[in-house]
Amino acid sequence: MNIVIVGLNHRTAPVEIRERFSISEKQLGEALYRLKSDPLIEEGLILSTCNRVEVCAVVKETTQGFEAIKNFFIHYQPNISPDVLTPCLYMYAAGDGLRHLFRVAASLDSMIIGEPQILGQIKEAFDQAILHKTTGVILNKVFKKAISVAKRVRTETKIAENAVSISFAAVELAKKIFGKLERKSALLIGAGEMAELAARHFVANGVQSIAIANRSYERSLELAKEFNGVPVKFEDHVAQMAESDIVLCSTGAPHYLIGVDEVSKVIGVRRNKPIFFIDISVPRNIDPAINKLDNVFLYDIDDLQLAVETNLRAREREALKADKIIDEEIERFSRWFKSLDAVPMIVALRDRAEEIRQAEIEKILGKLGPLTPAQREALESLTSSIVNKLLHSPLTVLKEEAHSTNGNMILEATRKLFHLEEVLSKLDQEKKIPPEESL
Amino acid sequence: MLNVLFFKVTLLFYFLGTSFFLFNLWDRKGERTWGGALSEGDGASPPSSWSQKLAVWVTGAGFIFHTLALVTRIRESGYIPFTNLHEAISFFSWAIVLAFFLVEFRYGIDVLGSFILPLAFLSLVSAAALPNEVRTLDPTLKTIWFGIHTTLSLLGIVAFAIAFIAGIMYLLQESFLKSKQFNSLYYKLPSLDLLDEWNKKAILLGFPLLTLGIISGALWAQYSLGSFWIPNNPKQALSLGTWFFYLMVLHGRITIGWRAKKAAHLAIIGFVGVIFIFVTLA
Repeated sequence: MNIVIVGLNHRTAPVEIRERFSISEKQLGEALYRLKSDPLIEEGLILSTCNRVEVCAVVKETTQGFEAIKNFFIHYQPNISPDVLTPCLYMYAAGDGLRHLFRVAASLDSMIIGEPQILGQIKEAFDQAILHKTTGVILNKVFKKAISVAKRVRTETKIAENAVSISFAAVELAKKIFGKLERKSALLIGAGEMAELAARHFVANGVQSIAIANRSYERSLELAKEFNGVPVKFEDHVAQMAESDIVLCSTGAPHYLIGVDEVSKVIGVRRNKPIFFIDISVPRNIDPAINKLDNVFLYDIDDLQLAVETNLRAREREALKADKIIDEEIERFSRWFKSLDAVPMIVALRDRAEEIRQAEIEKILGKLGPLTPAQREALESLTSSIVNKLLHSPLTVLKEEAHSTNGNMILEATRKLFHLEEVLSKLDQEKKIPPEESL
Repeated sequence: MLNVLFFKVTLLFYFLGTSFFLFNLWDRKGERTWGGALSEGDGASPPSSWSQKLAVWVTGAGFIFHTLALVTRIRESGYIPFTNLHEAISFFSWAIVLAFFLVEFRYGIDVLGSFILPLAFLSLVSAAALPNEVRTLDPTLKTIWFGIHTTLSLLGIVAFAIAFIAGIMYLLQESFLKSKQFNSLYYKLPSLDLLDEWNKKAILLGFPLLTLGIISGALWAQYSLGSFWIPNNPKQALSLGTWFFYLMVLHGRITIGWRAKKAAHLAIIGFVGVIFIFVTLA
């Protein structure tokens, strides 16, 4: 049994590939079901954001597990040949997998180190997996831990200070084009969370008028109120572009909304006033070809990444501290994970019972006074036999069922029922438990 | 003669200034970081690096010697010294360095020097290569109208030179933004909007200067040669052509939106044309 992670992210796969694997909230249930239907996979969770698609799973055997998840990816997009896909995928198991996951949650693996959105996305992915019942004892524990590690990193390091995000990079680029943003106007197409965040950044940096075009007019109204902006009908977004210096696009549309023809007309109406397009949607909503038009500047999510890489150097020092915290947490977590093996659990349970028996004998010996060796032996055998009979059934179940589907639940229950944490960690320190290869 | 000595010292200082300014282009210290730029208002620049300061000081020293060279030349010759190409180019070089200091103190955009100083230095080198003896003047050149004509026309050309440099900087920054190359020059160059603004302001200033230069030239021709217009004089025709070109540039900007990249191209074409005319006809 092992924890594995297989995925692709902004570093390993270009947006052309990522957008194909991006799994929407609607499709997630089915994808989770398909993942879990593989007999090799005991628990599974899918994290899909615009920068990454990752499958985290508990598998019976590591190598086969990797293959199973890789096949899951291949079957998800049969149009992309495995030869193209394979170099994009990374695979981690055990400690490396945990480290990767904790780093993702703590936003150390993000496009912009320290950006806060990823933690929310992980919580969401976790909730979805719980909803579809694809996680179990291990992944539940893993993700709760990942979330708490992320919070610890956030409070104990400066990783999240001077909050940067894609939106921040977009504001900086806008300043390189327009100088001061005070008299500039922006247009938001699609009013999702990303768009909202970007709008907040632009307003904070001086943009005075914001028009909002969303498919849901109510949502436009709502946001317009918040930013003191103007709601426009979604169909009017092209007409509105003529009056906007900055166009921010973040919709869930699976195709291009804005193409070369529309934009060249808009530039004509604007009499060559430059216009800055920011496309933070995956799949992209703006045809990349418009960047070739004069006075049009288009940045998609990958371009924004390039723009902020220079700032990441400053955060790397903080990331080093965060990595130390993560190492600590992995150390703690692996102790728990090891305890989920039946062998140490049985040893621990026996030790715990023996400890109690010995303590009780010492107590009674004090009360009864000196005993003959025969009496002493009778006392020993009586207590031993009670303990053994009581433990017989739990130990048998542990031995037989530890590797069944419910195994982890039984192991976890045993640990809790008999308060075995201390014993287990003592055993671990004394190296009584044989080191396990997986963690 | 003293003015020649001052001129040579100026040449040396401008050479050093140019070298330091060009070195600055590769120096990463002047870069704006993302975080830094957000907390500052636009137009403010980070503390200058030592090489930047050195470049400004050396250029300042060169400028003082250049001023001395021009003043001593006026005193030695007794006339406003724009009667030959050497003198005209030397004055042009002096005036763009002056313009550099004005813009540098107003906007504090250090990278400007890396563009203006090479131009000033190259002009001065070409001036040095030209004959520069103080001559006995043709009496027609001694009228006040000729002095006004040359001074205004040259200042107009200086303004067009600034528009030209703003245009080059615009095209560079535009190409960095388009190609998403965030090199150290990208961080140092100001915003496209500001560069387009400089372009516009420089031509708005240069155009009336050129207009007045042409009018005073015509007046000079009237007084000394007896006619406003000399038929078949290519210099007059081409000056008028230049005037129409910049009129068109301004008109285009106001009415049909010749701004941004197009304006940058026009500023470059215009100045190259002016220099070509200036050099071939002088």
